This record gives sequence, C-alpha cells and structure tokens, in this order.
Amino acid sequence: MSYIAKPRVSHPGLPKNKLGLTTRDYEGTVSTLCAGCGHDSVTAAIIQAVFELDVEPHMLAKMSGIGCSSKTPAYFVSQSHGFNSVHGRMPSVTTGANAANRDLMYIGVSGDGDSLSIGVGQFVHAIRRNLNMCYMIENNGVYGLTKGQFSASADIGSLPKKGLPNQQEPIDPVSTALSLGATYIGRSFSGDKEQLVPLIKGALMHDGFALVDVISPCVTFNDHEGSTKSYAHTRQFYHHVTDMDYIPPAEEIKAKYAEGEAMPVELHDGSTIMLRKVDDEYDPTSRAAAFKYLRDHFNAGEITTGLLYINKERREMHDLMGNVDTPLAELPLDSLNPGSTELRKILKRYA
Amino acid sequence: MKPTDTTNPDYFHKVVDCQWACPAHTDVPEYIRLIAQGRFSDAYLENRKSNVFPGILGRVCDRPCEPACRRGRVEDKPVAICRLKRVAADHRDDITDQLPKAPAETNGKKVALIGAGCASLGVANDLAPLGYEITIFEALGATGGLMRTNIPRFRLPPEVLDEEIDYILDMGVDLKLNHPIESMKALLDSDEYDAVFVGTGAPRGKNLEIPGRYDSDRIHIGIEWLESVAFEHIETIGERVLIIGVGNTAMDCCRTSLRLGAKDVKVMARKPRGFFKASDWELEDAEEENVDIVVNHSPKEFVLEDGKLVGMRFDVMEYNIDETGRIDRGKAVDEVMIPCDDVILAIGQDNAFPWIERDIGIEFNEWDCPVVDEKTMMCSRDGVFFGGDSAFGPKNIIWAVAHAHEAAISIHKYCQGEDIGDRLPVGLNLSTQKMGMHEWSYSNDYDPAGRRLMPHVDLKERFKKLDIEVELGFTAEQAAKEVERCLNCDIQTVFTAKLCIECDACIDICPVDCLTITHNGEEADLRTRLSAPAENLEQALYVSDDLPQTGRVMVKDEDLCVHCSLCAERCPTGAWDMQKSHILLPYAADEADSKETTAA
Ligand SMILES: Cc1cc2nc3c(=O)[nH]c(=O)nc-3n(C[C@H](O)[C@H](O)[C@H](O)COP(=O)(O)OP(=O)(O)OC[C@H]3O[C@@H](n4cnc5c(N)ncnc54)[C@H](O)[C@@H]3O)c2cc1C
Ligand SMILES: Cc1ncc(C[n+]2csc(CCOP(=O)(O)OP(=O)(O)O)c2C)c(N)n1
Ligand code: SF4
Ligand code: SF4
Ligand code: SF4
Ligand SMILES: [Mg+2]
Repeated sequence: MSYIAKPRVSHPGLPKNKLGLTTRDYEGTVSTLCAGCGHDSVTAAIIQAVFELDVEPHMLAKMSGIGCSSKTPAYFVSQSHGFNSVHGRMPSVTTGANAANRDLMYIGVSGDGDSLSIGVGQFVHAIRRNLNMCYMIENNGVYGLTKGQFSASADIGSLPKKGLPNQQEPIDPVSTALSLGATYIGRSFSGDKEQLVPLIKGALMHDGFALVDVISPCVTFNDHEGSTKSYAHTRQFYHHVTDMDYIPPAEEIKAKYAEGEAMPVELHDGSTIMLRKVDDEYDPTSRAAAFKYLRDHFNAGEITTGLLYINKERREMHDLMGNVDTPLAELPLDSLNPGSTELRKILKRYA
Repeated sequence: MKPTDTTNPDYFHKVVDCQWACPAHTDVPEYIRLIAQGRFSDAYLENRKSNVFPGILGRVCDRPCEPACRRGRVEDKPVAICRLKRVAADHRDDITDQLPKAPAETNGKKVALIGAGCASLGVANDLAPLGYEITIFEALGATGGLMRTNIPRFRLPPEVLDEEIDYILDMGVDLKLNHPIESMKALLDSDEYDAVFVGTGAPRGKNLEIPGRYDSDRIHIGIEWLESVAFEHIETIGERVLIIGVGNTAMDCCRTSLRLGAKDVKVMARKPRGFFKASDWELEDAEEENVDIVVNHSPKEFVLEDGKLVGMRFDVMEYNIDETGRIDRGKAVDEVMIPCDDVILAIGQDNAFPWIERDIGIEFNEWDCPVVDEKTMMCSRDGVFFGGDSAFGPKNIIWAVAHAHEAAISIHKYCQGEDIGDRLPVGLNLSTQKMGMHEWSYSNDYDPAGRRLMPHVDLKERFKKLDIEVELGFTAEQAAKEVERCLNCDIQTVFTAKLCIECDACIDICPVDCLTITHNGEEADLRTRLSAPAENLEQALYVSDDLPQTGRVMVKDEDLCVHCSLCAERCPTGAWDMQKSHILLPYAADEADSKETTAA
C-alpha cells in the first residue's frame, strides 16, 4: 500500500466527458491493496468505463462483500453511493437496494472467495432473478485478504506459494452463470483494459444480470510459477474469442466493420453492442454452443475471454415481477402503504 | 522507436528542464533542496560552482530556467528559481574559507584578460586556483562591466556586486584599472602572456539616424546614459521622457528616469505586445511604477523649436499577424507628435573592436564580429579567446559565465600544450533515492501552492533615492513555501524492462497519465497512442526494451511528470525506481585533475 496520496494535479489536456468531468473526477481514495494487485487495474478499468458512459456519480451504487476485491469500491467514484456488506452477502443487499430504487446503476464488486465459496448461494439466486446489475468477480484463485488460501476457483493442479497443489474441482463462474440463465456473461483479464473497459460498459448498460469475471492476479499470494492465475500464465493461455465495442444511443457508428464481421446487439436504451468474433466458430447467442466451447477450451487449459453470452429476451427482476416504473423509494407513502382498510380487504380474500 | 539510451548523460539532463536551459547548467533542484533543509551556505556554494555570481544572478539573471520550468507546464507559474538563488545568497554564513584558493606557487603561465566584466571575472575564477598568473586590464576605473555601469542600483546593489567580485580578485588576480587596451597587436607582440582572453562586451549603443538626431543634447544613447547615471555624471532629467525601444535596456532607462525626477515616462514600442524584447517580469516591474507603454509607434523625426527638443513624431502602425504568430512589416496608418523633454534611445547594442588590428590573424565576419568557435571560444588566432558579449553579440550575465567556463578549459589546455578540442565529456551519476518501504530521500508530495509574490518597497518610498533596492527578497515563510513547489526533476524515473510484469499499477496511479504500455511504433505514431495527449514535441518519450511477457514496450512521456514517485511506489517488482541524476560538468579544475591522476 502507499501512504502518499495521489496528488490532485492532473494532465491539463485530459479529455472531458459530456458532464465536463475527467477520469480523475471518478477516482476514489488511494488504494491500500498490495502494489501490483490486479484489482487496482480493474478499478482503473471501471473508472474509465463510467467516465466514458458519462455516468452521474450520484446515480451509481457500488456494492461489495468482504475481501481485497470487495475493498475496491472505496477506490473509485467517491461521490457515489456504496454499501460494503457482510462476506458473501453482496447479492442479497444489492437485491434489496435495487428493489427499492431501480433507477440507480448497480455495480457489485466481489471476489472468487466472496462469490464462489461463502456467497455461492447468494450469487446463484441473484442470477436466477436476473437482477439488473453489473456483477464483477475479481478472480485470483485465492482468498487474498486472509493470506492466500485456495478459493473455489483454483484449478486442479495449481500450486500454492507453499504446500500441496489443489485437488478439488474449480467452480467456473462463467459456466455457472450460463447454466443459471444469466443474460450477459463476459470474461476478461485485469491486464487487458482494451477488452475489459468495453465489457464493463456493456455490462453496466445491459438490462439484467451481467457477469464480468476478471482474472485479476494476486501479486502477493498467487503470482508464482505453477499458479494458473498468475500474470504470466494468464497471458500464455489467454484465448479471446470475441471483441466488442459499446456504442451509445444516437451515436453514429464510426468504425468500419467488414461484411459479416460484426454483430450489432441493440440494448434497451438504444445503445448498441458491436460484437466482433475473433474465433468464427464461436456463437455468443447460443447457450448450448457456448457451454460446449467453454468446456472444450477449458479442458485444453485455455482461458476463454470476451463477451461470451448475451440474451436480450429475458426480462429483469422488476419486469418479471410487474413492478411500477417509478422506484419504490420515490413513491409517496400512501401509494406504498394502502392503509388498514385496504389491508383488511386483501386479507379477506384469503379468509 | 529504439529503446532510449539513458547512458547518454544528455537524456536525463534534459529532463531537468531548468538545469538544461541554464547556459551554465546550474543544478537547480539540488540547491532548492539545500535551501529547504536550511543549508543556505551549501546552496550558495552549489550555485557558485556553476554560475559564479549567485548573489548577483539571484537578483538580475535573465533566468532562462524559469520559462523552461516543468511547473509552468503542469500549472501556469514556474518555480521562482531565480529569487530562491537570492535566498541562498541572503542567508548564507561567511563562506570565504570554503572558496577556491590560489596555490602558494604559480604554475608559471600568464594569462591576460581584457575587460573586468563578468566574462573575464569568470575566467579568472576558474584559472586562478590552478596557479595561473592572471592580469585583468580594464578601461574604466571600476570592475563589473555592464553589471556596474548599466544595471541600475535599485535592481543590483553595489555591495552585492563588490562582494562577489572580490571573492575572485582576492585569489591574487592582478587588476589594472583605467588601463584600456588600445592595440591588440602590441599586447600580443609583447609576448608577455601565454594566452589572451577578450571580455570587452558589446560596448556600442545603437543609434537612430532620423531627422533632428544631432540637433539637441537632450537625445541620449541608453547604455551611455545609464553609465553616466551610475558614475553620477548625470543626476537629473526632464519631466517628460520618451524611451525608444522596448527591450530590457529600455526598462532600466524608464525606471531610472523616474528616480531622476521624470513624471511622465513613455516607452515607445514599434510593435504590439507579445513582440517586445523585454522579459515579462521587467515589463511588469516597469508598469507597476506607472510607466506608460505605447505600442505600434514607429519613430519618424525629432521635433525641435528654436533649437530646443519639444517632441517626437511617430508613424502609427498597423500589423497583420498570421496564424503561425508571425508579424508582417506593418504599414503606417496615421502620424502623431508626442511632446517630451528628453529622449533615450534603447534599441540595442553592437560589438566594436577598434583596438583589434585586422591583420594579426584574428578573422572578423560580415558583421564585424570575431569568428569564434562555440565550443572552445578560441578565435582564428591560436591562444586568443573570446567570451561574454564580445564573442557572439549581446547576451546576458549567465551566458558570459558559461562562456567563461569553456574558455577557461581551453586556456588551461592551450597553456599545457594539450589539444583544446579533446575535452572531458559530461558525466552522469545515478543513485536510488529509496530509503525504506514508503520512504524517499526527497520531499515527493506534490504541493499545490501557487508561486509566491516578491515583496517590493512601497511605490512612494522607492523613488526617494536612486539606490533603494526595490525587491525585498522572500521572507522565510515565503521561501519555505516556494521550495516545496520544485518538482525535483532530477530525481529521475528509471525503468528496468526485465523486471516488469505488466500489471499496470504504475500506469493507473500516475497522476498526470505519463505512462503507457503499448506496442512499439514510430515516434509520431506512438504519440497518438498514449494514455494522455503527448503534444509537446520538445519533450522526449522514454521507450523501454521489449517487456518480457508480451513484447510490448513501456513508454513514458517526460513532459508533465511531477516526479511524485508513485509509479515506483506502486510497482511490485521495482521495475520503476526513483534515482537522482547528478550531471557532472567538467571545469578547468577537472581537466587539471584528470591529467594529474593519469600521470600518477
Ligand atoms: C541596461 C542593461 C541592462 C542589463 N540587464 C541585465 C540583467 O538584468 N541581467 C543580465 O543577465 N544581463 C543584463 N544585461 C546584459 C549584461 O549586462 C551583459 O550581457 C554582460 O554584462 C556581459 O558581460 P561581459 O563581461 O561580456 O561584458 P561587459 O559587462 O560589457 O564588460 C566589458 C568590460 O570590458 C571593458 N572594456 C571594453 N573595452 C576594453 C578595452 N579595450 N580595454 C580594457 N577594457 C575594456 C569595459 O569597460 C567593461 O568593463 C544588461 C545589459 C544592459 C545594457
Ligand atoms: C463470515 C466471514 N467468514 C470469513 C471471513 C474471512 N475472510 C475474509 S476475506 C475472505 C476471502 C476473500 O476472498 P476473495 O473474495 O477471493 O477476495 P480476495 O481477497 O481474493 O480479493 C475470507 C474467508 C469473513 N471476513 N467473514
Ligand atoms: S493480497 Fe493479493 S488480492 Fe489482496 S491486495 Fe494483495 S495482491 Fe491483491
Ligand atoms: S513520478 Fe511516476 S507516477 Fe509520478 S508523475 Fe512521474 S511517471 Fe507519473
Ligand atoms: S508497476 Fe511495475 S511491474 Fe507493474 S506495469 Fe508498472 S513497471 Fe511493470
Ligand atoms: Mg480471491
């Protein structure tokens, strides 16, 4: 960690977004994570994404559980809402917050321990409900905060810093999410912002549960030789199957795409995701095909990355439940609470 | 791009913008740190090593360092480098016992220095400690050259001048005042000297040949007039004064006039603002004293009535400025007469060498200036050297000092029978500044404080006498604040590619977005692919070797780095380190030492 605060001085030529803000305005406090932790890079990618999306800080809610990864919401967008909850409980807290105010943009930052060990029960149900949020897993294969024990995402045979290799089957958050019906699934790497930033932008703008699994090396406990979540290993077995660009609503599509190269996916607000296949065989709209592809490449030791699955048809939690458009938090008390006469009438129905 | 060759001392030297811009390469960040530590005497001596006259220069240097200062690019105002030099001089203890001394025995070589201005004094300063017998010939009855005769006392008190000149003369220099050299041939033919240095300045003020010029005795040549004021031959001036020209001499003329009783002083400029020769701060100081600066007026004629100067007629000009900022020759659109009692011409100086015969092997160029080698300062006749304003026309004190150091090296090598072209190279030392986990040897916090304002003597008070120094110098609190504005540009970011794991930590933390990891390319292309715009082409890109994991390169745009150390602090592998660069500039004494050690 550093004791020196990042000075407020900035490059006078920094670009400004539509709100007149620069990336510096979306920063948080200086990170207390280990120098070189992948999580800090993910933080930088989130800052870049919300800057590019012209997000108004007060319209963003940052949610997290416990872990080094879960500490990171302190390091971006100081002016937004935030809730640092109990270990593994971020999904349910986010469900509650989202239920009360559907207008906010939710970004949950979790770890492989937080989501796949203690919080796995919460994680799967948030997916099932298609909770409208961007769910980031900063995946390093260990419990970083508690000094590097294997987590549920550690691969078989991966070596710890000291001791015996992992023997248990890993939980792959991407396949898990795919099997549970998540509607936006991506995987990336903290060391590849070119891929990660658009992926986060799409996830934030997607209507429904968007998972971004980010390989984010723990430089202190899991970046050695023999680790399958190190910088070097990830770079060596990195296999990226799709690229994407996020194009905001009403913005002209400037980049030139060759015939058949790009697949536009229009989002609810009129923005477009331009999906470009790097591997022609990959079909990010078919759950079955994606599943098989991921399995095959996983067995070959490869880390498949990109926007891996997208589904615009399934409705998000509020729409499934038929809720009003106005956030509950903004409804006047008398329409939220129909009063005792109405309550008696309702109860009578079950008499 | 090819990986940057940081073994070339110039690379890191250029990063220290101020030191690079200083003709004498004063180690600015080093002396500012010494001031911050309260080590004023050490700061003074650090200055003296390169610029010889810290007390003088801390008041009147042309300060090419300040426009170069990185702080001026990061914010808008540079560090007050020059006035901090004065802080070192004002607060130093008696340092006389730490000054270089002449050895008990001379080395038997005699050197003549012509003129006792800063150029000659600089040469004496470097050669006397090596045992040379130095004789200075000065035409006037006082030392200092233009520093004494032209720079007014309200900017440079004579005590300051005397003290620093005496440091040099006290090394046993033989000073011959009132001793103009009238024939170079005679001097050379006397064979008394092993080498001769010409430091006679550019002594001729430019004239303005327009009607009426010679019809009144109230039309003065600026540098001559200032000299007469300095020697108290002139003590008054009329109420209404016009100064022609808007360079630094004009600024001294207008401010001096105010102190001799003028009430209405106008500086007449031919061109609009932005095209003036005077430095911004000299203009500011003059305008603070209510001098009127009149733009776009081109002198046409002097107007006399009954043989008395009553005014001057000007063409009122109009100019076109193109998009590159170039101005055309302009055209006259009107004509005015401006009444006045005196006119002072301050339109420049020329070199003049009536005392150097043209048939003694000293070649002169088309402007009647001697042909001088820029590196060795020797002219076409072996053993004759030039420096200061006499070498390449009027410049300033710090340039004269820089010339003097080079000339001293040449004179030494010449007298020792060495090849004067074969000089010691500039060297570079790098040493890490890491002191512990999160500890650096220097104050690496960025202090957002703005530039401190120099306190001035009250506007009424200062005109009472000619020699009231206007600037009071920084207070202790001001100095303490101003030193923290220095960005320590000599504490370099040094990169070791083989250690980098490409985690991006440095890229993400850098407050001014100087760093990028990307695929290599040509410079023009790379500049378009960096984290933040890299539009200042004068500032280098530092490009690494290929990185081990991806073969990309680390690119640093040196332009706006605030040397905060955060990149090194956040790097898990120590691929970035903060290392102090110490530029080793060879002086005559080093040349002498190097021969001694090789001989031993
Ligand atoms: C009005 C004015 C203001 C200035 N203000 C500044 C300023 O604020 N800061 C700055 O850095 N620079 C300033 N300068 C410029 C600076 O003064 C000169 O660049 C500098 O003094 C040059 O030094 P020098 O040793 O080459 O020559 P000079 O200072 O001109 O000294 C030459 C000496 O040689 C003597 N000499 C000449 N001919 C002979 C001879 N034949 N025999 C013997 N002796 C001879 C002269 O009498 C004189 O003493 C100013 C100049 C002027 C005119
Ligand atoms: C209820 C509870 N159980 C256990 C812990 C101890 N604990 C803190 S962080 C952590 C694991 C965090 O791992 P991960 O989510 O992968 O985060 P990382 O530090 O690796 O980013 C554990 C087990 C706790 N804080 N609370
Ligand atoms: S322990 Fe690991 S995960 Fe936690 S901050 Fe350090 S490097 Fe990052
Ligand atoms: S020292 Fe490093 S982090 Fe600080 S401004 Fe310079 S490059 Fe950026
Ligand atoms: S912090 Fe160090 S290891 Fe990481 S990218 Fe920068 S130089 Fe490389
Ligand atoms: Mg983890």
